[in-house]
Amino acid sequence: MVENGIGASLKRKEDNRFLTGKGNYTDDINRPGQTHVYIVRSPHAHATINSVDISAAKAAPGVVAVYGGQDLIDDAVGGLVCGASVTGKGGEVNKTPPRNVLTIDKARFVGDPIIAVIAETLAQAKDAAELVEIDYTELPSTVSTANSDADGAPQLHEECPNNVALDWELGDKAAVDAAFAAAHKTAKVELINNRMVTNAMEPRAAVGEYNSGTDEITLYVTSQNPHVHRLVMSAFMNIAPEHKFRVVAPDVGGGFGSKIFTYNEEAICAWAAKKINRPVKWTSDRSEGFMSDAHGRDHVSTAEMALDADGKFLGMRVNSKGNMGAYLQLFSVSIPTLFHGFLLAGQYTTPAIYLEMRCVMTNTAPVDAARGAGRPEATYLLERLVDVSAREMGLDPAEIRRRNFIKADQMPYQTPVVQCYDSGDYHASLDKALGMSDYDGFSARQAEAKGRGKLRGIGLSSYIEACGVAPSAAVGSLGVGVGLWESAQVRFNPTGGVTVFTGTHSHGQGHETAFAQLVTDRLGVPVEQVEVVHGDTDKGQFGMGTYGSRSLPVGGVAIVNACDKIIAKGKKIAAHTLEASEDDIEFGEGNFTVAGTDKTMNIAEVAFTAYVPHNYPEGVEPGLDEIAFFDPLNFSFPAGAHVCEVEIDPDTGTLEIVNYTAIDDFGVLVNPMIVEGQVHGGLAHGIGQALLEGCVYDEDSGQLVSGSFMDYCMPRADNLPSFNVDYCPTVPLHNPLGVKGCGEAGAIAAPPAVINAIVNALDIKHLDMPATPEKLWRAAQAAG
Amino acid sequence: MATVSMTVNGQAVSGEVEGRTLLVQFLRENLNLTGTHVGCDTSQCGACVVHVDGDSMKSCTMLALEAEGADVTTIEGLAKGGEMHPMQKAFQDNHGLQCGFCTPGMVMSAIDLVAKNPNPDEATIREQLEGNICRCTGYHNIVKAVQQAAKGG
Amino acid sequence: MYDFNFHSASSAHDAAAKLAASDDGSVMAGGQTLIPVLKQRLANPSDVISLAGAGLSGITKNGDGVTIGATTTHAAVAGSGDVPAALRSVAEGIGDAQVRNRGTLGGSIANNDPAADYPAALLGLGATITTNQRDIAADDFFTGLFETALNDGEIIKSVTFPNATKAAYAKFPNPASRFAMVGVFVAQAADGVRVAVTGATDCAHRGPKLEAALSANWSASALDGITIPADHLNSDIHGSAEYRANLVIVMAKRAVEAAG
Repeated sequence: MVENGIGASLKRKEDNRFLTGKGNYTDDINRPGQTHVYIVRSPHAHATINSVDISAAKAAPGVVAVYGGQDLIDDAVGGLVCGASVTGKGGEVNKTPPRNVLTIDKARFVGDPIIAVIAETLAQAKDAAELVEIDYTELPSTVSTANSDADGAPQLHEECPNNVALDWELGDKAAVDAAFAAAHKTAKVELINNRMVTNAMEPRAAVGEYNSGTDEITLYVTSQNPHVHRLVMSAFMNIAPEHKFRVVAPDVGGGFGSKIFTYNEEAICAWAAKKINRPVKWTSDRSEGFMSDAHGRDHVSTAEMALDADGKFLGMRVNSKGNMGAYLQLFSVSIPTLFHGFLLAGQYTTPAIYLEMRCVMTNTAPVDAARGAGRPEATYLLERLVDVSAREMGLDPAEIRRRNFIKADQMPYQTPVVQCYDSGDYHASLDKALGMSDYDGFSARQAEAKGRGKLRGIGLSSYIEACGVAPSAAVGSLGVGVGLWESAQVRFNPTGGVTVFTGTHSHGQGHETAFAQLVTDRLGVPVEQVEVVHGDTDKGQFGMGTYGSRSLPVGGVAIVNACDKIIAKGKKIAAHTLEASEDDIEFGEGNFTVAGTDKTMNIAEVAFTAYVPHNYPEGVEPGLDEIAFFDPLNFSFPAGAHVCEVEIDPDTGTLEIVNYTAIDDFGVLVNPMIVEGQVHGGLAHGIGQALLEGCVYDEDSGQLVSGSFMDYCMPRADNLPSFNVDYCPTVPLHNPLGVKGCGEAGAIAAPPAVINAIVNALDIKHLDMPATPEKLWRAAQAAG
Repeated sequence: MATVSMTVNGQAVSGEVEGRTLLVQFLRENLNLTGTHVGCDTSQCGACVVHVDGDSMKSCTMLALEAEGADVTTIEGLAKGGEMHPMQKAFQDNHGLQCGFCTPGMVMSAIDLVAKNPNPDEATIREQLEGNICRCTGYHNIVKAVQQAAKGG
Repeated sequence: MYDFNFHSASSAHDAAAKLAASDDGSVMAGGQTLIPVLKQRLANPSDVISLAGAGLSGITKNGDGVTIGATTTHAAVAGSGDVPAALRSVAEGIGDAQVRNRGTLGGSIANNDPAADYPAALLGLGATITTNQRDIAADDFFTGLFETALNDGEIIKSVTFPNATKAAYAKFPNPASRFAMVGVFVAQAADGVRVAVTGATDCAHRGPKLEAALSANWSASALDGITIPADHLNSDIHGSAEYRANLVIVMAKRAVEAAG
């Protein structure tokens, strides 16, 4: 057993700098001669831009340059791209309306960028921005997910008649219709999956710099995937060729999806740095972030279940609309379709499922992937529908789940909605969760609470997600424009230390520690001697970045595969040095040993020999530096059972989560301490969605009402309980490390667990998120 | 422009600032103490919390000139002789941080919290940290860290 | 933020003089409201005059009540043994710990945010506001949305809170901002029962119906059956007027229970 290998709750290496104020976030970076850019944005949800007068701004103190959209077009800079082409009904691929970096003739949401003002100081840029005169003709706007496709709704793009970007369907409609025709009972729920603002605590930022000597651009940027940023800006936006373009994502203060995408302001910093031949810096205010970061979720759905007399699910029918915002961001329509529809079977054997999803354009910020991305929407819808079904059938929610679970011995299990699950024991997870949460003792606790005037409820969520994004061929066939493999380079230095270059990125997940543990586990090198490097296109090989709980299931496997190449080469070197046959060399705990002898050579000695090859095997290259690319064979399928217990004060609608139990199957845990932290954070995100968070646009004006932390309710310490977390692991068939991914689970599982507990407490059928005190008070009053 | 002088992390410092220069800007831009962060513009998130004359305050909601003559401590000033402050250590021991962006402000608030509530229970810790928003940790391990530090590390 | 000239005043008198000398100056105490407003460029004062060094901080108890200096922070009030418990609890619930370390009594009431806590306490206890020009009864002070009886150039020096037989404050915070969605202060004051409500309308105000009921019977049950008309109550994404109307009664009852 190697010390500090897989399974050790090693304290994090990165904490030292974060805890002492020595982190290096994008806004901490200042370059010599740096200027600052401030973006003039549309104050209107929908308006024609008749004219723009920048003359006064240009003449203002400290102003270096003022640019509009045409300036970028004149330099052959392309617009922002949508990377998804999803085939919908009738074989029609989604419409992709064009988007300029700075919009020219029309503004389509509050915050749509129009003019970039660059000045010596940020204050001067802001002062000058007030002098930009824009003549607008306001147009009627539409922000509604449900109604933006209605006749007569204001139209955003000529490319998208009726504001429809895509009409998509999945599954066997006839089989579902037949299931409903034969049903003993049916259950139905109409629900909203509330729009969220992702709100990583570090606002987005970028610093562009141009080296006129080498004709190279460097962009420091808050990115979850610096290589993808470079690829998009190079291949589609023509900002610079990849080999003349360095993208650095230094310490990144949370992402949760929102920092996957290439944004307008980042392109401006990269392009303008060359244009004015000075560094250009942009840092988002939080209020700008509310307006311009990609938002998440925002579905309206009707979901129906057909059940037989035993409560078995016969068929499921879902009709949904997903709000895409004013433009299609990078993943956009792939989220409410592929990442949503493919999870609708959940943990159940439902034989027939049919989904219709309409992706609509609205006068709101673009909507894209956010922690969970499609899977929280699917899980919420399904787990609510299961509880409504239990209510219709008069069954306990735990019992109806048990009757419909896929059994462990049915794995691998092909669902009717594309995915083939490779592992999982849903009965075991649920039983463990029910035991830990004392489900059987709930009625006594409910009665006790009633005596105190409180309404107590308990709710379940049996969730599954598809992580380890993703097999390239599979996603390619579905219309995703890239491969989703991952890369790693494991480089021994001559003195025995190891530098690991990963193509993923860490913005809080502790990769510098957990990935080092992988190397320590595999190669036996002390963990202090392993350094993990990410986030700089000039340092590491191409990589796809971090999202979809992919870093460990995909990037981690690439690391151990590179380690295995190191071992294979090391065996040749050791065999030569130890004068043995390569076949007789065994490797373990950092030592190459001739089997059955005490002749041994540490891997550090092998590394030194590789770099000083005075006595070296013929035909073997010097050096010990290996690269591996790993393309997964399947998604991974983390799953689990969560139990939430709440108490509601009927007089005010105040809610307290009195108990939250999470049982998850993530397969092997590399660093259990970090995994548990990921669960906690995900739960807070999911509970936030269920109880607190809701992005609100005014239906009439299209103004963003919840535009700051004063109105958008972030979960704070006193909103949340401490959590009870445990695991119920199973072995995945397709992941060589046995890992499944853990970063999104809480955000996926928690919303239905919370809402199911609330409807249980109030004895009602449904209540939409966020379950604010007023909603709870009204429901409690109505329930009497 | 006006001159402001104060003590930051035990060092006498001064600089030229505008009336509108915030304390956080002075720390980050004039003194290059970038450990203090800005996470919002409405005084809600607490990423900017520092100690001014011993009390935790939001340096984004204080003018640099208001700190004239003050004794300011930032996250960079906590470790002594290469040893982390017990609160910093407790955050590492308990995995009370992930992305690290809210962490400096959270640690500064937590130190003030324990100074004023030497034996805080969980509810007190959660209430007293309401001015610090974290998106990563769900606060669970932050609460544990504060409990450890309050018990003397 | 627009730029401005910053000044430190050495006294209320000095602050008034500096204010008079400025084109369009603002007085600032803790700045916990003014600075966010300036950051959003919602105000553009030529000069900002800080009261921090004006000697207006401090808590003085005497037989009739307690006088609190205008620049006394919320944290100082919350932590003072000289301040009655009901008033301490008001200060304890304002903003967050960091805001309480810097925000002040005078700043809060001069701003008169419709969701601020202190105005309810001043009205509920029948406090008197002392300025550099005169004394103003709390009942006459809070005149409307972000409006007070203060004249141009008038600077709050202190607030005197008379003793009350019983008093308590109950607040239902806005879940996002933590300002009062509704806050109700109740007191058996020297001049009778007082009930003051904040957060529900555009300005903190007294509740005559509630006062009448509690004057007749000082108990939570005395408020059963009283309804607050929702017509003029605030309504926003966090709570409708009807919900606030409910909260006024519930918070009033809880305050009475807490007052004992």
